Amino acid sequence: MEDETTPPMMTPLERFIDTFFNEAVIERYLPAILKGFVVTLELAILVVITGTLLGLILACVRSYRMLPVNLIIITFADIFRALPPLVLILLAYFGLPNVGVSLSAFVVIWLVLALTLAAFAEEIFWAGILSIDKGQWQAARSTGLSYTSALIYVVLPQAVRLTVPPLTNRAIAITMSTALGMVIGLADILGAATTAQSFSGNASPLMMAAIAYVIMFLPLVIAARWLETRFRWKRA
Amino acid sequence: MIEEVLVDAMSDTDASAAASKRGPPILEVIGLHKRFNQLEVLRGIDLAVTPGEMVFLIGPSGSGKSTLLRCCNRLEEPTAGTIIVDGVDLTARGVNLNKARRTIGMVFQAFNLYPHKTALGNITLALRKVAGLTKAAANEKAMAALSDVGLSDKADSYPAALSGGQQQRVAIARALALEPKVMLFDEPTSALDPELVGDVLDVMRKVRQAGMTMLVVSHEMRFAAEAADRVIFMDGGVIVEEGPPETIFGAPREPRTRAFLSRVSH
Repeated sequence: MEDETTPPMMTPLERFIDTFFNEAVIERYLPAILKGFVVTLELAILVVITGTLLGLILACVRSYRMLPVNLIIITFADIFRALPPLVLILLAYFGLPNVGVSLSAFVVIWLVLALTLAAFAEEIFWAGILSIDKGQWQAARSTGLSYTSALIYVVLPQAVRLTVPPLTNRAIAITMSTALGMVIGLADILGAATTAQSFSGNASPLMMAAIAYVIMFLPLVIAARWLETRFRWKRA
Repeated sequence: MIEEVLVDAMSDTDASAAASKRGPPILEVIGLHKRFNQLEVLRGIDLAVTPGEMVFLIGPSGSGKSTLLRCCNRLEEPTAGTIIVDGVDLTARGVNLNKARRTIGMVFQAFNLYPHKTALGNITLALRKVAGLTKAAANEKAMAALSDVGLSDKADSYPAALSGGQQQRVAIARALALEPKVMLFDEPTSALDPELVGDVLDVMRKVRQAGMTMLVVSHEMRFAAEAADRVIFMDGGVIVEEGPPETIFGAPREPRTRAFLSRVSH
């Protein structure tokens, strides 16, 4: 990153600070990065909530073992787990307008990542449901609970606990992919930062983006760890 | 066949007790067959249990006794045959199985308590969601059931904090709280350490004294000899021999029964 305004007498440390922590650049682009922070945060929350919920619903529907429905669910889950989200993002953003569907960059990122998370979450919840001992179903059904009641009150509460560790890790990984919004001009953290970087010719905005991501995701990673211990309980 | 048994029973010391319990059966199994793929586990079972009767099913593993028990509330789907509990044909088309199951309590070998719920929560779930009781009414009933099995002080304990014997007693309370007409016990003490068996058997004795109809799959031969009204020996998916415990344990007719009893009595 050649910068012609840099004075020639700078020490390496000064050059490093000027490149990554340039005060003037930081001050100038902080508002844009903060706006991007809000966009990323909104997307992250939307993706996690809708993706997880959809995954849970699909896994529950799958447990009823209706063959045609299950084929659709399994096909969906396999395809969305096999495709890189970036491919879907580009397809949706540049392809769909040709068939008359124009979605904003925000909506495209939200939909693609929510569906991707749903595909993974469905498999994780499904594995959780399968891992619950048959005796739990039998005990619940023997007291007259319907299949749905047994699922909701007996099986899911146990299955969901088991899925917390893999699910939080997957959710964090997919939420980070909101950074892919950059390629379709989304003004999220990275989008705002790359714009600022090209205008200023300085890497400080990218460093700000890195710090912003850490500020956003480190608490999530720590919360995930906390959830893992909290949702664990001694098996009988 | 049932008549035969009752005649047998009446010729015995337990005659008056058995006779007083005669009447229309509360649980009736007619021509029951169960096949798992090529394996025919039940090959034509006929069984009638009268109200208040305690019937033990004994036999070698693979004899079909647990499968028979599980067919009685259709946790296991019969291949053919009829099961009638309290006048309701469980095998009829369009039967409300969930409603019928309320009248049939079941106790499992592995207890199968819900690990995410307290002892009280284990009992109140069906009271609230199936019987439709309010929270207060369900709690009251559950506490009464816990008191019946001697575990009032464990209401707020999770299953993981209870011993196996205590877990099984909670499981019995869970079934009893729904006020079933019949209780099915599927090897209720087989998973317990020997020193914990007694407590569970005491509770079962109490349940019997309260007049509950009980169908029990168990290897507790001494308990069967002491508490059962009738013992049924099964082998190879059929009922080989049945009669009062004195007869089955004291003077079995069938060589297969004798062979089995001589194996388990050591």
